[in-house]
Amino acid sequence: MPSVAMTVNGKAASGEVETRTLLVHFLRENLRLTGTHVGCDTSQCGACVVHVNGKAVKSCTMLAVQAEGAQVTTIEGLAKDGTLHPVQAAFKEHHGLQCGFCTPGMIMTAVDMIRRIPNLDEKTIRSELEGNLCRCTGYQNIVKAIDAASKEMKGAHA
Amino acid sequence: MYQFQYFRPKSLDEARKLYENNGDAKFLAGGQTLIPTLKQRLAQPTALIDLGGIAMSGIKVAGGVVTIGAGTKHFDVATSADVKGTIPALAHLAGHIGDPAVRHMGTLGGSIANNDPAADYPAAALGLGATIKTTSRSINADDFFTGMFETALEEGEIVTEVSFPVPEKAAYMKFPNPASRYAMVGVFVAKTKTGVRVAVTGAASSVFRESAMEAALAKSFTPDAVAGIKVSPANMNGDLHGTAEYRAHLVTVMAKRAVAAAIA
Repeated sequence: MPSVAMTVNGKAASGEVETRTLLVHFLRENLRLTGTHVGCDTSQCGACVVHVNGKAVKSCTMLAVQAEGAQVTTIEGLAKDGTLHPVQAAFKEHHGLQCGFCTPGMIMTAVDMIRRIPNLDEKTIRSELEGNLCRCTGYQNIVKAIDAASKEMKGAHA
Repeated sequence: MYQFQYFRPKSLDEARKLYENNGDAKFLAGGQTLIPTLKQRLAQPTALIDLGGIAMSGIKVAGGVVTIGAGTKHFDVATSADVKGTIPALAHLAGHIGDPAVRHMGTLGGSIANNDPAADYPAAALGLGATIKTTSRSINADDFFTGMFETALEEGEIVTEVSFPVPEKAAYMKFPNPASRYAMVGVFVAKTKTGVRVAVTGAASSVFRESAMEAALAKSFTPDAVAGIKVSPANMNGDLHGTAEYRAHLVTVMAKRAVAAAIA
């Protein structure tokens, strides 16, 4: 079996995988980082979104071997020293989840969009969430949480 | 997914050699179509040759032509100031493929080489009269898309870049399937120095040019010029998402909206 090595949440990670092993399975099964979820397994729902080299991607539609040498960030890598990332805190504050299954992917997508787009409005947030499905909330509080986090993070950098 | 061998060559020569030496190999670009296809066991290659390690991305504008490397991600085309400034319709199209995470991985070369009947990029390539450069030659878009998931590419031939002539006016309008975001019908209209081109994706087995609309728009480049043109449902796709008649109707509606957007 080929071996694969990458940096995950700032730490070196490696393992033996089959060539057909998906990145999400490497993260969940080899590294036991089970915060990243597999929802639809057809790149539609976004529960598996992680960042690869700083960009949000669907880890169910990428082979682990394609991530050789990459910098990967998962939901487990966001909180620092026991303090939630501002997007995580905003989801908590604004009740941006119910069952929580889609939440890791929602948050990773939200962090990516906040990083890319300086002035997020509601319409943009909704269109940027096109690849993330939530079957509980109706999205209202997810959008509210992202909007609040975006404003707060802008304030923090100003 | 069935098991396969995986290679990540550093050069096109190496990629072609690997292809020749591996019986049933496939090239992997962004993987946003190929990996789902493998998961469904709709393809069973013995080897995947990942083109991601070969430098083939970038956007150049020169002499009224926008040339985009085959490995350029949809996200980079959608957000490129050069593309927005020269062919905004192309940036708009790239920005509406799939979703943001898909656009971070999917590539121009992968999209046109796959020629999915409902993919967006084939409409831009055909609608703008692009030239597709490969490892062995240059192919006009008119000769490139030959059928459902079929192109003029020969075994082992790799798309390296696509050159899009800058049009006078252009727009792309798609009616997306709300689940997959593929085009139920997408229409690319372009008014170019050499005439009007109308390319339709999603509606039939492969992207095609709608000549009756091109002729009407050549006389008058207005939404009204195409509003009355009825497209025959004879060769249209019909499936659980929409009948052939529905798609035929959508072609006229999307063409009308595209022309309106192009002249706006």
